[in-house]
Amino acid sequence: MAAPTRPKRPFRWHIAVFLAPAVLVYTAIMILPLAGTLQLSLFRNVDQSQVFVGLGNFRTLFGDPNWSVNFWNALRNNVWFFIIHMLVQNPVGVLLAALLSSPKLRFSAFYRTAIFVPTILSFVIVGFAWKLILSPLWGVAPHLLDFVGLKSLFTPWLGKEQYALTALSLVSVWQFIGIPMMLIYAALLSIPDEVIEAAECDGITGMAQFWKIKLPLILPSIGIISILTFVGNFNAFDLIYTAQGALAGPNYSTDILGTFLYRAFFGFQLQVGDPNMGATIATIMFLIILGGVCVYLFLIQTRLRRYQF
Amino acid sequence: MTTKLLTALLLGTSILGSAGLAHAEDVTLNIESWRGDDLSIWKDKLIPAFEAKNPGIKVVFAPSAPTEYDAALGAKLAAGSAGDLITCRPFDKSLELFKKGNLADLSSLPGMENFSPVAKSAWQTDDGKSSFCVPMASVIHGFIYNKDAFDKLGIKVPETRDEFFAALDKIKADGTYIPMAMGTKDLWEAATMGYQNIGPNYWKGEDGRAALIKGEQKLTDKDWVAPYEELAKWKPYLGDGFEAQTYPDSQNLFTLGRAAIYPAGSWEIGLFNTQAQFKMGAFPPPVEKAGDTCYISDHTDIGMGLNAASKHADAAKTFLSWVASADFATIYANALPGFFSLNSAPVKMEDPLAQEFVSWRGKCKSTIRSTYQILSRGTPNLENETWVESANVINGTDTPEAAAKKLQTGLDSWYKPAK
Repeated sequence: MAAPTRPKRPFRWHIAVFLAPAVLVYTAIMILPLAGTLQLSLFRNVDQSQVFVGLGNFRTLFGDPNWSVNFWNALRNNVWFFIIHMLVQNPVGVLLAALLSSPKLRFSAFYRTAIFVPTILSFVIVGFAWKLILSPLWGVAPHLLDFVGLKSLFTPWLGKEQYALTALSLVSVWQFIGIPMMLIYAALLSIPDEVIEAAECDGITGMAQFWKIKLPLILPSIGIISILTFVGNFNAFDLIYTAQGALAGPNYSTDILGTFLYRAFFGFQLQVGDPNMGATIATIMFLIILGGVCVYLFLIQTRLRRYQF
Repeated sequence: MTTKLLTALLLGTSILGSAGLAHAEDVTLNIESWRGDDLSIWKDKLIPAFEAKNPGIKVVFAPSAPTEYDAALGAKLAAGSAGDLITCRPFDKSLELFKKGNLADLSSLPGMENFSPVAKSAWQTDDGKSSFCVPMASVIHGFIYNKDAFDKLGIKVPETRDEFFAALDKIKADGTYIPMAMGTKDLWEAATMGYQNIGPNYWKGEDGRAALIKGEQKLTDKDWVAPYEELAKWKPYLGDGFEAQTYPDSQNLFTLGRAAIYPAGSWEIGLFNTQAQFKMGAFPPPVEKAGDTCYISDHTDIGMGLNAASKHADAAKTFLSWVASADFATIYANALPGFFSLNSAPVKMEDPLAQEFVSWRGKCKSTIRSTYQILSRGTPNLENETWVESANVINGTDTPEAAAKKLQTGLDSWYKPAK
């Protein structure tokens, strides 16, 4: 492109200099490890040395029932984990935000803080606290249910295959509901008063106002929240690990991709870690998340209508 | 803050450095370990006892956190900065170190003759020819019971399975106590305190274990399914909501006096002695009919090896021979009731509960947990699967036969026993 006739422009060093810190840091802590993981997934340890096996590890992961059964189980559980978040966390988050932004609500600052606090708690605290709350021996859950005469509804949720994953998803929802609430709340506050007033002049008030005026205006925020939830859920690990341990019991019913990866990569008890298979799983997780984000960016976000005020 | 810390560190090193100068001819041995809990026992009891007998050798116990131990040790060994003496995890983790040449061969170490083949099995090559760690301690499985509860209900200590279940029925009928304190939430309780505890009586200890490794027996054989059948019968005797009961929950249930029987590992003794307000006793896993040979799980848990790159190999061997001696065994076993010396020489212990546990060695045959040697090397991992399936059997989600079949199928997929 550099036409010799054109007067030569001096190279703008300052751009490179200003970009350098961010590029270097990002490369060192994100791109290199990612490339390292991808590379690791193409090798296998044979007699203490790394041998290139191409896509052999992926074939093992999907073809060998010892791996594939666990993998599909983890993926299925992960999808369910995500569905619960999308069905409970985000609608309830929007609802809370809508309630909070209502000018008639008193103590809204208190509610806002109270609902947001669990988000900043450590997973370890949340996992442990809920384990205690739901404990059939010392937990408050059975007593509270007893108090309202519903003791018969109590079961040791975390110990039952059919309930454990849903229970943990709801714990996670409890912890993170503050995030959609805050983002939607901010979006709702940024809707200009003129728009609302114009709607009122046209006779749109109450629920209709929310559905017809506010919701379309906050849709882009809901989209962002959905994608954040997606990325967060498919990367999740900590809560399951603290509440159920690395074997994600009972009978692998709470095993999600994160815990599956952990066991493969680091090993567990007598199981010796296999970094290559671990990296293979990590690569698949990366591809799933990449795929999900791409679908969102190219199919959904481009179709969302934006309103400029 | 940092400056202060740095100064302190520098000051510390300079003092240590000059201390080293003062005893220039002294050899200092460093012990790598994950047993941070034992620091005071080493510092106050074991090391002074050794140093008194062996002037000129100084020993420093330098533990790291259990979860970091294996990784930290690997890094130190690779960098050549690891201590002279290395505390050995049982089985494959240490075997791998030996194969890499990090651990020296100790087969001919004076003192090794004090240990039985079962005791040494955790730190041997698969063919049993080379040993590379001195066995230090094992843990024994059995049942700890609340003596006050047994006295109150007029139950005598069960010896056979029928008596055992009769006792459980009686406790359940009375209703004061939860018959048995065990949960399935953490999975390993069901496998370790359940399956591996009662199993040896069915598969005849070492005989069955060796046959399984040789491929002569299968996990689907009667002897290996039967313990699952018994475990399935435990379900009605466990507390309400046992599916979500964790290991600390079980410990607390028992020490608070709310449960009568606790399927135990002997490592509980120390904690239970300080927490339980009632008298405790222990009995080995009940046998089928009175007079049958009993088998106990006497699982090798901790050993000590020599760093092959140690500059003071001779001094370290002196130390290891001492670790293999009855002297060490006595101090260690008394300081840590529940961790039993593997030494063939009988060790006198003060703790009555520990005495009870160790007395079973005299009348029963010892074995180790069936899944630990060789059989947990592949994918799926037999030990992990045993955890999951044992919990499934107790929860009632899998029948004993189905659980055994799953385990055997998983094992068959990678393990081809040498014929």
